Amino acid sequence: MSDITTNGHIAHPVGVGTGLALIPRATEKQSLKDFKSDQEVRWCPGCGDYAILAAVQSFLPELGLKRENIVFVSGIGCSSRFPYYLNTYGFHSIHGRAPAIATGLAASRPDLSVWVITGDGDALSIGGNHLIHALRRNVNLNILLFNNRIYGLTKGQYSPTSEVGKITKSTPMGSLDKPFNPISLALGAEAGFVARTLDSDRKHLQSVLREAAAHRGTSLVEIYQNCNIFNDGAFDALKDPGLRDDITLRLEHGQPIASASKAVRRGAGGRIEVVDRASVPEGEILVHDAHDPDPSAAFALSRLDEPAFEHVPIGIFRSVDRPAYDTLMSKQVHEAVSDQGAGDLDQLLRGGDTWRVG
Amino acid sequence: MTKQVQQLDRVIIRFAGDSGDGMQLTGDRFTAETAQFGNDLSTLPNFPAEIRAPAGTLPGVSSFQLHFADHDILTPGDAPNVLVAMNPAALKANIGDLPRGADVIVNTDEFTKRNLQKVGYAASPVDDGSLGEWRVHAVPLTSLTVKALEGFEVSKKDAERSKNMFALGLLSWLYHRPTEGTIKFLERKFAKKPDIAKANIAAFQAGWNYGETTESFSVSYEIKPATLAPGLYRNISGNQALAYGLIAASVRSRLPLFLGSYPITPASDILHELSKHKRFGIRTFQAEDEIAGVGAALGAAFGGALGVTTTSGPGVALKAETVGLAVATELPLLVVDVQRAGPSTGMPTKTEQTDLLMAMYGRNGESPVPIVAPATPSDCFHAAIEAARLAVKYRTPVMLLSDGYLANGSEPWRLPDADDLPDLSVEFAVEPNGEDGETYLPFKRDPQTLARPWAVPGTPGLEHRIGGIEKADGTGNISYDPNNHDMMVRLRQAKIDGIAQDIPPLEVDDPDGDARLLVLGWGSTYGPIAAAVRRVRRSGVKVAHAHFRHLNPLPANTGEVLRAYDKVLLPEINLGQLALLLRARFLVDVISYNRVRGLPFKAEELAGVIQDVIEQ
Ligand code: SF4
Repeated sequence: MSDITTNGHIAHPVGVGTGLALIPRATEKQSLKDFKSDQEVRWCPGCGDYAILAAVQSFLPELGLKRENIVFVSGIGCSSRFPYYLNTYGFHSIHGRAPAIATGLAASRPDLSVWVITGDGDALSIGGNHLIHALRRNVNLNILLFNNRIYGLTKGQYSPTSEVGKITKSTPMGSLDKPFNPISLALGAEAGFVARTLDSDRKHLQSVLREAAAHRGTSLVEIYQNCNIFNDGAFDALKDPGLRDDITLRLEHGQPIASASKAVRRGAGGRIEVVDRASVPEGEILVHDAHDPDPSAAFALSRLDEPAFEHVPIGIFRSVDRPAYDTLMSKQVHEAVSDQGAGDLDQLLRGGDTWRVG
Repeated sequence: MTKQVQQLDRVIIRFAGDSGDGMQLTGDRFTAETAQFGNDLSTLPNFPAEIRAPAGTLPGVSSFQLHFADHDILTPGDAPNVLVAMNPAALKANIGDLPRGADVIVNTDEFTKRNLQKVGYAASPVDDGSLGEWRVHAVPLTSLTVKALEGFEVSKKDAERSKNMFALGLLSWLYHRPTEGTIKFLERKFAKKPDIAKANIAAFQAGWNYGETTESFSVSYEIKPATLAPGLYRNISGNQALAYGLIAASVRSRLPLFLGSYPITPASDILHELSKHKRFGIRTFQAEDEIAGVGAALGAAFGGALGVTTTSGPGVALKAETVGLAVATELPLLVVDVQRAGPSTGMPTKTEQTDLLMAMYGRNGESPVPIVAPATPSDCFHAAIEAARLAVKYRTPVMLLSDGYLANGSEPWRLPDADDLPDLSVEFAVEPNGEDGETYLPFKRDPQTLARPWAVPGTPGLEHRIGGIEKADGTGNISYDPNNHDMMVRLRQAKIDGIAQDIPPLEVDDPDGDARLLVLGWGSTYGPIAAAVRRVRRSGVKVAHAHFRHLNPLPANTGEVLRAYDKVLLPEINLGQLALLLRARFLVDVISYNRVRGLPFKAEELAGVIQDVIEQ
């Protein structure tokens, strides 16, 4: 049996490539219109999801992939309605399980560009196990985590990224549990590509998506997303023209990490710390190395948004290549075929100790 | 010394020892020799859930029972004619199952004061006359083995460990088994340790020679080959047959097999087996949990693979939500449940038929799924193909209910030709199916099967979205319309119900056509029930027998068959799950017989039940 991929699509990947190398390219130029589905978008007016959807729709043509080879898989939550609004293949699944479903799809079809749309509750509460295992396993997936720090679809309970003391319907006296920092979590799970961006900054959002798509393996992009109904203004500090340039620490590979007024440097004992920009000579500002195989600097950077929103790193924390699971899996299949020959059913059945009667 | 040779028509042997004594291997080898020789056979391994329970204790006893005969047989046998007990614990745990006059071979070397104490024997039963009912052969197996291996390049410990091969040699002599297969097997198994291979082979041969020369055994036995249907045979266990069935389904459907699975007793061997056959284009994915296993399988199915997940009851409980998603999205998916004793962890290595109602109803909403259950170990092959056939043809998850007894039991299997297996080819949707010739309607159904089209990503022009939210018939768009929901609920049910027209009718074995009692069964109870029916028929009693392979939907003639008999008896290894369904559906007063001991039924027990029901 030679047709080990489906439907006539031959995909024989070997070795590490870019995230898009195995995906068939479109022959005609695409536009935003090609990626809009005919479904009416049903988020609350003003929801940050609109901005993300518009950014993704206008970004996809740039990839130049055959539209039919793009799949969006989501879980449950407001953000998980996303696939309905894109004219690609889509699978709106169940709460927390999108990474698992996408893993089976991407591992068996390396010719697809698979995107997971998830939220903070979906990815970090009910689906936490699938998320960390997807990240360590490194299947070729792009996971977009819309973090609004609240449960929207169930009408406003605190989420695993809500700040301690959050007053919500389920926590009238304040929430008690410490939130996850999705970036720290992803780095701890050995993710090869980890980034953070903002719903309202289309240019930055698209630049991060571009890098995520090009990365072969699992990429995790945390997108700060405003839920104007249940957690309005959660990220205002990063959007306020008077504040944002001071708060935002842009992470750009090879560039010093600094905001208008603050800078990052290695302090005593090698600790990474934020100090007044004026207090450090330019040459001592920490230069960002997204490709550092050692994740400890990236992890230290991910801790800089504590205390909350005094200074927030935005950008690509880590982008490191390692072999993707689906590539390795395909390789084993191809090795088995080339070493032993394609499987023969009669030969298999007759493979044990046999005897003839009559 | 020439010894007497006696002819027998059948024998049941049980090898029993400590988990570390290699009893499963010994049983497997004796089975292979017996299969080679041409007897019909059936096996029943029985082992503790613990990998190594404390040595010499009752919980640590592992056993392997083999029934072989010169005619066709249906079960691993009720009671052993021969027990090989490697230590006092093995004797104590098994002696109660032996009929008077049975042979007991005990390894006296292990009957030390300490070992006797461990299981509460005050004195050795071999010496105190308490085994008077049985023919006891006291054999110092360990020391004989060590002696036979003097001069070999092995440690004393390795020499002692070969005692199971000595026992195998002795039994092989006793029942005239061929030996070349075992010698070749040992050479292969220990190819990297030639000294160990030599020692094991020498122990095996010493056991044979011991039988020939000792006075403890004055008779040896011959059991002629059985007259089975002509063909090429091999011996196969249920889990292996099931794995092969999945591979065959992949080959015959030309869909690449994707297995998403999480290790669980007693299903893991299917994962192990499939992992070995990547040359068939198989991808096996050991997931982070049961949910991810089935999720990945469903994702692969969306991409056009034959998506399979294998598990046991606790895993099915975890997978329920994803199976519901497969019902809603109408994608093919195979869920293999190798049932074990529950609830909860229950008894992982023991068998049961207690997941039928979970398979049937264990999901939220109205979410019908077809259910198929194999009858014997080799039937797992064909049942897997049938389950795959239904899944891909009807675009539905299918539950395949095997169990621990089938999984680990084995029997001779007449090998089919690959070309004779059903053709499961699938036609993917490749072009728009809307009236306008441009739109694709992912939920436009085939009028015959009610199955929806299967358009896989990569197909241009058929981009569409599916999901767990209720969708409009035809377009598949999200719909909260009350009437649409009612219609979709009924359509999904009608699709599954319609399968009744696509499966064979329930066949009744009623030789004279005038029995008043019908005995029913499903799944792994086939062997014991059929054997019991044979027994009572031999005494002149008339009884009909029918066995369900499809549990949902039931064969179209089920009601008619049930109503044709005065009495219907249904033995199940649960508290009456199929009986509940049959009573509800057909208003027939099914008489249940239920035992839930983690063990298969015995033919004798069921023969008694049949007699009682007839006499009532
Ligand atoms: S509840 Fe919040 S997240 Fe959900 S759609 Fe409305 S604004 Fe957006």
